[in-house]
Formats: sequence, structure tokens, C-alpha cells
Amino acid sequence: MTIIDTILNDFFWRALAGGLGVALIAGPLGCFVVWRRMAYFGDTLAHSALLGIALSFLISVPLNLGVVITSVFLATALMLFSRNKTLATDTLLGILAHSALAIGLVALSFMPEVRIDLTGLLFGDLLAMNRNDLLWIYGGAVLILALLIMFWRGLLMSTIHEELARVEGVPVERLRLLLMLMFALVIAVAMKMVGVLLITAMLIIPAATARRLARTPEQMAALAIVFGFIGVTGGLSMSWHLDTPAGPSVVVTAFATFLFVYATAGRLWARTG
Amino acid sequence: MNNPLVTIDNLTVRFDDRLVVDRVNLSLHRGDIITIIGPNGAGKTTLIKAVLGIQPATSGRIERTKGLITGYVPQHLRLESTLPLSVRRFMLLSGQPLQACEAALARTSVDHLLDASVHHLSGGEQQRVLLARALVRKPDLLVLDEPAQGVDINGQAALYELIRQLRDEFNCGVIMISHDLHLVMAATDKVICLNQHVCCSGYPADISHDPAFIETFGQSVAESLAVYHHHHNHNHDLSGNVVTQNHASPALEGTPRGCQHDHH
Repeated sequence: MTIIDTILNDFFWRALAGGLGVALIAGPLGCFVVWRRMAYFGDTLAHSALLGIALSFLISVPLNLGVVITSVFLATALMLFSRNKTLATDTLLGILAHSALAIGLVALSFMPEVRIDLTGLLFGDLLAMNRNDLLWIYGGAVLILALLIMFWRGLLMSTIHEELARVEGVPVERLRLLLMLMFALVIAVAMKMVGVLLITAMLIIPAATARRLARTPEQMAALAIVFGFIGVTGGLSMSWHLDTPAGPSVVVTAFATFLFVYATAGRLWARTG
Repeated sequence: MNNPLVTIDNLTVRFDDRLVVDRVNLSLHRGDIITIIGPNGAGKTTLIKAVLGIQPATSGRIERTKGLITGYVPQHLRLESTLPLSVRRFMLLSGQPLQACEAALARTSVDHLLDASVHHLSGGEQQRVLLARALVRKPDLLVLDEPAQGVDINGQAALYELIRQLRDEFNCGVIMISHDLHLVMAATDKVICLNQHVCCSGYPADISHDPAFIETFGQSVAESLAVYHHHHNHNHDLSGNVVTQNHASPALEGTPRGCQHDHH
């Protein structure tokens, strides 16, 4: 235990542990974001996180809890709204994403007694990660991974063909809700790491990189975790050596990996991919 | 045995204010092949979704036999290119063992595609893989939404023939939507012409003379169909060889029923 204790006493190792924990769930969930074209949806939920923070200060609940509750609320609202087809989904998402972000910022400005680091919230403050944050991340990771494994076949079937899945008895609606709840949770725990503006990148970039090399959905999920690890490790090293902001450095590394994989593996896999 | 697999009683479906399916009655037994034809927007897809049990009725009744296993062959498999998927993995997602999956693929003559990517299948191959996916569950009821779409003309005839053979093998009921009027007329037991309401229904030979049918599809189509239809006393296998076979025609209401109201 003393070794773990020593490690966790160091802010750099805490940051690394937290980052890897986030990458572990962002990988497989990010695959669903890519497969189901939910990138904009992820953005909307992430932006609403700021509103969640403002609300948690207002009613004094823990920040993570406030963010989860706001995301869940917004996800449910989106699901209900999108049934009514008067507004295109991307328009609706655009309205809600930016309104949630703006309302969050305005609400925070009304609370001058609350001193928060806005840059940290928007772009992440990985190096300020404490033990409590780690607890949230790994608790969330265990829960989400367990749910993903348990419902993998149904989630995958309803992604491939919703009606076929429904005919085969997959509870499509309930699984969609489950997926949204998992997004809400991952955003709440990843917010500290890369910030609300960059969370979607952590979901999408490793998954998109993995797509180039994967032949099955499961391979893609596993590879997305690996590329997430590479992004976190590389980004933190970069931040340490070059004194760059940690969250953006992680995204930059993930992006560089993406470019590298597509440039080199492109020719190799073009015919089989 | 003679209990219908699905009974639809006075089914009406509305989307907002739009009437999509208007007071349709239908019953489907084991061994039936029912084909739904009709112009675009006639509510064909909505009707088969009701048969599948995934379209709630605005009014009327949909009754499916308890424990009914349904094999559904959708129109397309519109798969995101970001989702890597082999035919093997797609078949295994049915929850059936690999052996059964391979047997089903062999039955629809696409077992050589086991390791192919679903993205690289041609239209005809995709339909056959989807059909195999439906068969692997050993369905009591097979529901197909335009099964011959994207299939070349020779392949179309073979596909409809295959569906007939599968009906005999599995002793299942078949209901499908089709636009291939000539082939449908030759390969089906009962045709329902849908245009929100059931315009006319009955045996293919009779229906092409039905005034309501001529009203919907035009005189020239009706006449050409009457020429094309001929009674089968044999079947072809996929290579075109004649396979003699005599199966009793399932009991149907028989004579076509015309509409009781005016068409505008």
C-alpha cells in the first residue's frame, strides 16, 4: 500500500492515473459516439456540464453529482424533443449546447462569492486532480465497463439496425437511455481532465484512430482504449517537459496519433479495412 | 395448426393527422405467402411493422401468437462506415452458435462470404446475408421489406424462388413488400394491394383483372401482368434446375374483394 500511497501523493502520477481511468471508458463509449453519429450530442452534454457546476454551487451539492444530474436531465429532454421533428436534431443540439454553456457562464457570474477557475473548467485541470476525483473516475469506470459488457450485444445490435434489434427483442429505447446516462457519467468524471470544451475529443479521436486498424467492433473498442492511453501518457509527458496545459496536450497527442495511424496504416489496410 | 400466426383486425395508424393505414384486416397462417403491393407512401412499411409488432396501432387490434419467432429482412443494412463488421460477427450477434450461422448462410448460398466485411457486399449478397440472419433464428414468420431491391433481374427470380422453398422447409408464414409486380404475380399465393386501405386482395391471377387494381396501377400494367402470370406446377432451384413439388395451396378467402367505395 505504501507504494500506491507514494504514487498517489505525487500530482503527476495522480494525473496519469486519472487520465488512464478516463481513457479506459472513453474508448468504448467513444466508439458508440462515432458509430451512432452522436458527436454533436456529446458536445451538447459536455457544454451543459458548466450549467451543472453553477447549479451545484447554488444548491450546494458535490460538483460531480451536479454535473451528472444536469447531463441526465438534458439527455432526457433531448430524447423527448427529438421525437418531435419540427426542428432538425443538429439545430436543436446547437441551441441547447450553446444555451447551456451561456446560461452556465451567466449563472456563475451572479455568484461572485464562488471562486472557481473557469479556464480549468473549460480546458481541464488534469494536474489538480485529487484523490476524491480519482475515486469518482474509477468508480465510474468500473460501473460503465460492467454495464457495457453486460449489454454489449443489445447495444451493438441496436446500433447496427434499430428495427432488426427491436424485432429480436432488444429493448432499444431503454438501451438508448442507458447509453445517454453513461455519457452523462463519463462527462462528469472526464470534465476535470480535459475540460468541457475538449471532452468530445477524448471520446472521438481514439475511437476514430482505432477504426483504421480494427476488423470487429470489439477490436475497435479495445484499440480505442489503447490509443486513449497513448494520448494521456504522451500528453502528460509533453505537459511536464514543455510546460504546456495538460488537457489540450492530451488532445494534441491523440490527434497526432490519429494522423500518424491514418498516414502509415492507410496503405496497408486500404483493401481490407 | 390453423390458428393464424398474426391477425390484424381493423388496423388504423395515423402519424399526427396523416392517415397511413386505414382499417386493414389481415390474417397470416403457416405456409402462406402474402405479398403487399402498392404505390409509394401507401403505408406498406407501416403495415409490416405492425405485423412485426413494432408499430403500435392508433386503433384496431394486432394479435400475434404467443412466443412467435419473427425473422425480419429489412430493406437495407445502412451501416455506418465507421463500424467495422464482418458477416461472421453480424451472424453471431443473433446469439446462435457459429455452426447454425454457417448453415443458414449456406442455405442462402452466401457461405463463402463468412469473413467478408458487411460493407463490401453487393446488393444481392447483402439481401441473402440478411435473409440468412433471419433464418438462423428458425422463424415461424418471415417478414421481408422489398427483398429484391438492388438485385439484378436473374437474381430477383432466384430470390423469390428461394423464399418459396424456405416457406416449405420451415413451414413458416411469409409476408413481404414488393415492387417487382411480374415476379410477385408468379411467386406468391395472395396479393394485397394497399393504398392506405386494402384496395383489393386475392389470388394473383384474379387480382390483375380487379377494377380497383387497374385503378391503382393503370390498365397497361394490369394487362401485362395477366400475360406474365402462369401457374407453377414445378419449382426451380438456384441453378435453374426444375424441382417438382406439390404443395397444397393454403386456404384463402379465394375470390378477390373489390373496394366498397369510390376512388378519386
